[in-house]
Amino acid sequence: MKVSNIFRKSNRVLLRELVSTDFKLRYQDSVLGYMWSVLKPIMLFAILYIVFAKFMHFGVGVPHYAIYLLTGTVLWTFFQEATGQGLQAIVARGDLIRKINFPKYIIVLSSTISALINLAINIAVVLVFAIVSGVQFRLTILLVPLYIIELYIFSLGTAFFLGSLYVKFRDVAYIWEVFMQALFYAVPIIYPISVVATSYPVVAKIILLNPIAQAIQDIRYDLITSQTMTVFNSMNGIFMKLIPFVIVLVVFVGGSAYFKKHSKQFAEII
Amino acid sequence: MSKNYAVEVKNLYKDFKLPKEQSSGIKQAIINALKGIKGYEKQSVLKNISFNVEKGDFFGIVGRNGSGKSTLLKLISQIYTPDKGTIKVNGSLVPFIELGVGFNPELTGRENIFLNGALLGFSRNEMESMYDEIVNFAELERFMDQKLKNYSSGMQVRLAFSIAIKAKGDILVLDEVLAVGDEAFQKKCNEYFNSLKNSDKTVILVTHSMAAVKQFCNKAILISNGKIEKEGNPVDVSFEYSKMFIDQESKKKNDDVSANRYGSKDVIYKSILVTVKKNEVMIDAIVKNNTEKPINDLNVCMDFLDSNKTICSGINFYEHEGRWINLKPRQMKKIHFAIDNLFGYGIFTITAALKVENDIEMADCWKDAKKFSNTYSNNQYYSVIMPYKVVEE
Repeated sequence: MKVSNIFRKSNRVLLRELVSTDFKLRYQDSVLGYMWSVLKPIMLFAILYIVFAKFMHFGVGVPHYAIYLLTGTVLWTFFQEATGQGLQAIVARGDLIRKINFPKYIIVLSSTISALINLAINIAVVLVFAIVSGVQFRLTILLVPLYIIELYIFSLGTAFFLGSLYVKFRDVAYIWEVFMQALFYAVPIIYPISVVATSYPVVAKIILLNPIAQAIQDIRYDLITSQTMTVFNSMNGIFMKLIPFVIVLVVFVGGSAYFKKHSKQFAEII
Repeated sequence: MSKNYAVEVKNLYKDFKLPKEQSSGIKQAIINALKGIKGYEKQSVLKNISFNVEKGDFFGIVGRNGSGKSTLLKLISQIYTPDKGTIKVNGSLVPFIELGVGFNPELTGRENIFLNGALLGFSRNEMESMYDEIVNFAELERFMDQKLKNYSSGMQVRLAFSIAIKAKGDILVLDEVLAVGDEAFQKKCNEYFNSLKNSDKTVILVTHSMAAVKQFCNKAILISNGKIEKEGNPVDVSFEYSKMFIDQESKKKNDDVSANRYGSKDVIYKSILVTVKKNEVMIDAIVKNNTEKPINDLNVCMDFLDSNKTICSGINFYEHEGRWINLKPRQMKKIHFAIDNLFGYGIFTITAALKVENDIEMADCWKDAKKFSNTYSNNQYYSVIMPYKVVEE
């Protein structure tokens, strides 16, 4: 899995074919088609908004809490989709792997890119909502793509690791499902992290070290309001601020290395 | 590595770890680790395989089910990695372990061609240059914009096969994919393969069809139990392959004779021995009177069947001698036939019969009683060669 190989022509062609096939087939025979890419996170958002914002008054005092919540939901959906599909990707294409030799990482790459395209569509929706509800955009909005890239790299590394682990141990799918349930609450999506910070400042800081939480908070900061608590404005010391990024790097390098080591055996095990 | 080699395989070994029980779970993995047992059994599939395929070869790999030939093909195609040894491939290799891999029923024929091409490592431009040829060969021009799920199975196979043979690779790897389509398409494929024999395209073919090996290949190997049993000219290799079945069948025969045998059993064959020599085929049949009465009208006859199960010749005591054989009660006799060896190259089966009462009553009819092979002739085309003279004037 040399970096130069990713840009080799035949691999690029394959990647494009796989992604476009995935897109052609994803919402086949559904009346609303691609609309579901947008509707799914919005529906999840609607539920969360009604339950937590309206009934339980979670977002009191947070400016534009609805957009705040929508952003979190959309990013979380991306992470869930990218890792979930990445986990299944190798096994799902087992038939292919047993019969043709081609770079296996392209399978994982294509499934995460599909999720990334969905995210792009959803971010556009978020921007529309933000304009409608009167969010004042600042220049920091230009930083948003950087954090999305960070989140993508983190998801890709995780997908590489899970995808190759799943070939050997099918239990991984169930474990990951439960783990994601727990993670959903460990990431400040429905609750503003400031609520945690007022009563448990240490816990809030630990939560923020998670790259998903850090990225979501940074994107909210850059997009919605500078009142958002981020790893930069709440941590002391450069090392603490860098921890989430180090985690991303470790997960990506470790995940890719694990994938590379095991990808030779995929054809025999699947 | 010599420039003329398309594929060079050297001292290749491959083992598989077969899980003893369903151990693709974390629980089982932990239990196995705690007990200190290996959750798998090692099976050696290929043991020290070496051979070369030269550029332009039509190379056949034959062997029985489970002999390791498909594993070998997957190793050559770089789907599996060797445990020991090396495989060098010189040129672009296009594998077709199975036809239509990656075909998606929800995509159109056109989309499937491009997806399949991408999986085989071709660029969009390369595929576009091959596209027309593929569609023409498959004779599916009118259907390219229809979804694959609306194709008949024959059409799908034709499309897949056309991609396989029109793909512009240097080395084509085919696994048991010759028999596809209707008769007309079959003929077209045969013609195409024949034309490949003289091209510089290298083809590696795994097949069970000895006819295909003899017709297309210029070299072949026979694999048995993970080793190369025979290597070289396809006629010898296919002969060796067919012989493996005879050996096995004759072993089986001892256990279960009655299935191929019927008759009153008043007189029976005790044994039939065939000796093949360069100029002569000798058959010694030992017959026995099973009754307490004398038999005065016994005839011994045998049919020779070629590999297509067609009777090509025979021997008949009465017709030759103009008399019957006499046997006293319980008597055994040896009947010796000496036949000029006019057989062609190949394997022959004997159906032996013992008849009494003016050839009306069947005493012992023994189908596939014996098999023998003749390697002294060079003629594979005719089963029996008549001696003849020819004069040019």
